[in-house]
Amino acid sequence: MAPILDIKNLHKSYGSVEILKDINVSIDPGDFLVLVGPSGCGKSTLLNCIAGLEPITGGTLSIGGRDMADVTPKDRDIAMVFQSYALYPTMTVAKNITFGMKVRGVDAATQDRKLQEVAQQLQIEPLLNRRPGQLSGGQRQRVAMGRALVRDPKLFLFDEPLSNLDAKLRVEMRSEIKKLHQNLGASMVYVTHDQIEAMTLATKIVVMKGGVIQQIGTPSEIYNTPANLFVADFMGSPAMNLIPAKTRKNGAGTILEITRADGAPLQLTDTRNQDLPNDVLLGLRPEDIAEAGFRAGASVQEAECLVEMVEPAGADTYVTSHLGGAQVTARLHAETSALAGKPLSLAFDLAKVSYFEPNSGMRLN
Amino acid sequence: MIDLSMSRPAETHPRGIAWGRLALRFSLYLFLGLFALYYLMPLFVMVTTSLKSLEEIRTGSLISLPREVTFEAWRTAWSGACTGIQCEGLKPYFWNSILIAVPGVAISTLLGALNGYVIAQWRFRGSNLIFSLMLFGCFIPFQVVLLPMARVLGEMGLAGSISGLIFVHVIYGLGFTTLFFRNYYVTIPNELVKAAKVDGAGFVRIFWSIFLPLSLPIIVVTVIWQFTQIWNDFLFGVSFSQAGTQPVTVALNNIVNSTTGVKEYNVDMAAAIIAALPTLLVYVVAGKYFIRGLTAGSVKG
Ligand SMILES: Nc1ncnc2c1ncn2[C@@H]1O[C@H](COP(=O)(O)OP(=O)(O)O)[C@@H](O)[C@H]1O
Ligand SMILES: [Mg+2]
Repeated sequence: MAPILDIKNLHKSYGSVEILKDINVSIDPGDFLVLVGPSGCGKSTLLNCIAGLEPITGGTLSIGGRDMADVTPKDRDIAMVFQSYALYPTMTVAKNITFGMKVRGVDAATQDRKLQEVAQQLQIEPLLNRRPGQLSGGQRQRVAMGRALVRDPKLFLFDEPLSNLDAKLRVEMRSEIKKLHQNLGASMVYVTHDQIEAMTLATKIVVMKGGVIQQIGTPSEIYNTPANLFVADFMGSPAMNLIPAKTRKNGAGTILEITRADGAPLQLTDTRNQDLPNDVLLGLRPEDIAEAGFRAGASVQEAECLVEMVEPAGADTYVTSHLGGAQVTARLHAETSALAGKPLSLAFDLAKVSYFEPNSGMRLN
Repeated sequence: MIDLSMSRPAETHPRGIAWGRLALRFSLYLFLGLFALYYLMPLFVMVTTSLKSLEEIRTGSLISLPREVTFEAWRTAWSGACTGIQCEGLKPYFWNSILIAVPGVAISTLLGALNGYVIAQWRFRGSNLIFSLMLFGCFIPFQVVLLPMARVLGEMGLAGSISGLIFVHVIYGLGFTTLFFRNYYVTIPNELVKAAKVDGAGFVRIFWSIFLPLSLPIIVVTVIWQFTQIWNDFLFGVSFSQAGTQPVTVALNNIVNSTTGVKEYNVDMAAAIIAALPTLLVYVVAGKYFIRGLTAGSVKG
């Protein structure tokens, strides 16, 4: 299958400032690609480059197999939803949605048919004669989606479309967008700085930082095998625990020695055959640390830790402790008997451990 | 809570505060009233004088009301007063002013809107420099450009013509109109242009369908400003016109200065009021939009 979007060695500078460095991404038809990264890392810039709203300063970009170097946004067969929605303030909702067709000289009957289709799909029929100023945030968001949907393009581009909504609405719209993608089977590029949005929506995630791609992968790849410390820390909430450890080999595998402020160092044995340097950062997600007895398996090892804080969060209870000088969060079941200030036996699932080189931050296993 | 704490001082010294406030109010209105009187005085004198006969002006006092109201002076000022050798009153010159002001205002407003749109939303290399230069144009005194402008008008074959005066006013107004529109358009998010580009609209389409419909408040401001400037202009009018193309301000000056023998104060006053009427009207009709337009900021939605 030919990729619908293919970006090779893309560079983008504003004057002498390089914003995007050597971007290589491609997506297949039907993919939902999410660009995620902290604010200012160049996500919108990349999206604008794909849309043709900003010229690229190096590399190539093709959509549907066609090189886009000399193609204007109008002829790229894309539709875009902007962060501020960018609805035309003086036009009614209906006019907003049909503006693109009107500009392109689509006949009135077709315009009307498509408008009705989209309005029905997004349940905005009662709003068609209102102006954007008379709509709520969620309604504006729908209209902005409608303006994109009515175009029926090769590629949808979304620039943080949910970031202006309140938390509840955001979750609702998130699942609607996901449904939309499943129903349309359309190809989408979606920008967000919210890692949960990225995890829930994407078929493929691109994690960016400072204009450089850190990792490309499926949500599970990104989550379970982060390529470096940045990705490990950025994706997941609460963040992955990163515990400094010293390694030593013996017959059983790799011994991981973790210092503790009180008492003897903690010793864990990873039986996988690992080739590790002496100093590593051991990365373990909160859900891979359970209360002893609640997690079984060959890779699970138990150890006593001093509980510093207990935070019930409804379905789970988060417990924090200190290991190797770093704060460690464990996700326990809701009815745990853990008490702050008391020791508790925790079960570490070593099959899930990621190892990172402490200086470079790169993944080791 | 806030209400309580706010009213506490009034509770401790209720009478003193109330009196103080009343006195403040009173003196405020007194001052404002005095100022209003002061500023209205000349207008009052003008109106009353224009309604008196010459006879009454000579015998009565300046500020007394007319004993017998007559519109004779208004009629003379409009269609009979002499501006030099001709005695046709202000009428033809009033028309000249309209012929200059209406196209002058329309063209400079439209061009200012286009300039502002380009500078605010289609940033190009050097756009800031160009904007600064245009701003600089706002601060060049009229007198400096008189000679070069006369030369340019001569070269263009527009010397002494109405078109020439329109041209001068458009050029001189562009700095201001561009400034107004630019400052208005920078508050509009650039994503609007991007969205329209993706929708397939071009430069003109985006201006016409999206930006111009948004611009009513700033158009009102610009039109009032430009109309006042052009209508009230005397220097360009006297420098670049010839017999037959003079605007009303120049004619007014001629009426006042060319009377022989007895000075017809009532005619002068009536002429002055006629010449000032259009700008007065514009402020009365559109004044509230003017204030609204000046304070109008970003576009919500
Ligand atoms: N037109 C521009 N000129 C210069 N720098 C810009 C321009 N647009 C964006 N930038 C810079 O590019 C960087 C990336 O911006 P952006 O793509 O908007 O980030 P994100 O969408 O990831 O938050 C920022 O540091 C920003 O300051
Ligand atoms: Mg952005």
